[in-house]
Amino acid sequence: MPEFVMPDLAPVMPEIVMTILALVTLIADIIFKRKETLAILSIASVVLVFFVLFGTPFKTTFNGMFIADGYSLFFKLIFLLNVVLTVLISMRYLVIERVNFGEYYSLILFATLGMMLMASAGDLIVLYLGLELMALSTYILAGFITYDMKSNEAAMKYFLLGAFASAFLLYGISMIYGLTGTTDLNAISEYIILNGLTANPVVMLSMILFAVAFSFKIAAVPFHMWAPDAYEGAPTSVTAFMSVGPKAAGFAVLGRVFLIAFGSVRMDWSAVLIPIAILTMGVGNIVALSQTNIKRMLAYSSIAHAGYALLGIIAGTGEGLASVMNYLLIYAFMNIGAFAVIIMLRTEGFKGDTITDYEGLAKSHPLAAALMLVFMFSLTGIPPTAGFMGKLYIFMSAVYAGYTWLVVVAVIFSAISAYFYLRIVMYMYMREPKESVSLAATPALGIALAITAAAVIIIGVLPSAVVSFARAAVAGF
Amino acid sequence: MVPLNWYLMLSTVVFMIGVFGFLTRKNIIIMFISVELMLNAVNISLVSFSHFLQDLRGHILVFFIITVAAAEAAIGLALIIALFRNKTTAHVDEMTEMKG
Amino acid sequence: MIATAFALGALVVGSIFRLKRPYAEKLMPYESGNPPVGEPRQRFSVKFYIIAMLFVVFDVEAVFLYPWAIVFDKIGLYAFIEMVIFIVILFVGYIYAWKKEAFVWD
Repeated sequence: MPEFVMPDLAPVMPEIVMTILALVTLIADIIFKRKETLAILSIASVVLVFFVLFGTPFKTTFNGMFIADGYSLFFKLIFLLNVVLTVLISMRYLVIERVNFGEYYSLILFATLGMMLMASAGDLIVLYLGLELMALSTYILAGFITYDMKSNEAAMKYFLLGAFASAFLLYGISMIYGLTGTTDLNAISEYIILNGLTANPVVMLSMILFAVAFSFKIAAVPFHMWAPDAYEGAPTSVTAFMSVGPKAAGFAVLGRVFLIAFGSVRMDWSAVLIPIAILTMGVGNIVALSQTNIKRMLAYSSIAHAGYALLGIIAGTGEGLASVMNYLLIYAFMNIGAFAVIIMLRTEGFKGDTITDYEGLAKSHPLAAALMLVFMFSLTGIPPTAGFMGKLYIFMSAVYAGYTWLVVVAVIFSAISAYFYLRIVMYMYMREPKESVSLAATPALGIALAITAAAVIIIGVLPSAVVSFARAAVAGF
Repeated sequence: MVPLNWYLMLSTVVFMIGVFGFLTRKNIIIMFISVELMLNAVNISLVSFSHFLQDLRGHILVFFIITVAAAEAAIGLALIIALFRNKTTAHVDEMTEMKG
Repeated sequence: MIATAFALGALVVGSIFRLKRPYAEKLMPYESGNPPVGEPRQRFSVKFYIIAMLFVVFDVEAVFLYPWAIVFDKIGLYAFIEMVIFIVILFVGYIYAWKKEAFVWD
């Protein structure tokens, strides 16, 4: 047995701090009666982790099990941002839904910890543990409104299919472990190349199993069945959280596993991912056309966006990866922004989640309607907004990698998507209000909306800063 | 000594029974048990690989899978109880609040 | 193989040739010879499930203590500190469950 040496803890510092703070939040729930304190505490913890994150050296530790690099740093920023925005939009919402419990905040922090571990995983064991920590916390969050049938149902479906998917992931892990005798991503890649196993059926099988499991996590068709129900039934703030965080984490592991461990069989996995991407964009955009519930519509829209982002992974280049990261960051802003407006419409005794509730919003609440307009434009991908820039970079990277026809398909589906996004804009501006809608606006919600709207417009006008940051982040990949 | 292939066949068969059970049964608890069956099939193959490769990683992963499955079971039970309180059913066909 | 075939074969042969004479008492659920009292499917209190959940979690986490105990003298202090951290995290969960009154029976 080799002599035991203390691993270098410096690269893991953000995760350690996050663990401690999540535990502190859990205990603070018992001490403080006012749950707003916990919201502030969790935002403060995230800010602290943010500073620790920037002081973290780029290193590999725990015998290659944990990788701190630019790639993981960028994803962790998305996760932390996701927490801040989600907590800001949920403070008042939880009171309205009468589920103002402190566990909410610690669960969000634990889920984020899981995502951070996933982004940094250099080993399949760590990847699995991070994924489960994220998934288990999100299942509970989805079923957080315990008295509501819809929320229970959402959590149940999400739980069953999530557990099913993680069993597939494990089967894939066991196959690749049996073949290569290791679970380290770099070592797997080396083993496959050294032994000329690029056409080995076991490698193919395990690659397909990984693709299935990650498709579940990013809600790609045909493994998207849980997403519409889970997104519609879950509390709106949780929907915002899980449409950004777990999806970004899914892409983080997808990129790392497929580009590193299966880097040598790139042609094979892109042959698997291309049909998935086309189906995802197609089903997501076309089914969204017929939705009447705005949360469900945004669920299908989120499926479609996963399809666009997959193009960057299929491109398989550093540029493609950078454009995916850029896109996911932009998606975090615009999607949480849209959900913030939806949450604003939810008041005591008024659900405000059907599309007809938005009729004439521009007359009664011009500012809210204008913000929704910005987010809808951005989700469609109309020029002065960030959504356009995000899509542009992804499509460019796919074209450079030689997938022009795929980009043409994506652009067609993107044009279809304009119909259902702009329908909401049309309802807001062209119709007369049927009933007076009151808004549950709070300072916290205002801050979240200001951040998201400003980011959507600023990144839309000046995209180069974020993109060059993403490029620098993948440089050391 | 039992050859590795036998363990792998056992593991595959158990995994397939789990998949089949999950896809065909309608009771939530049975579906959940099918998932557990799949996880244990993976455990069989991991332990046998680990033994034949003389490498400990597989055993370590199995320990983690067992504990995570326990946590998962606890959460699954909690969700089933929450569902039961609102509607006494454990049948997925009756979960029809949302469609489309 | 032969043993398996023999065991299965005995069951199959038995099921074919055995006498089937069911009557009411025979079909009753077996409760140590007494006639059964109450419905077999009575509803349990939710408290049982909560205890079961706590048991599952805290019991299974103890799985990590066994490998640790076996190699303890080889890896020494480092592993000890790590295990202390692990127990502390478990303990936080315990305090949480305690304060949320998960252990109170009524």
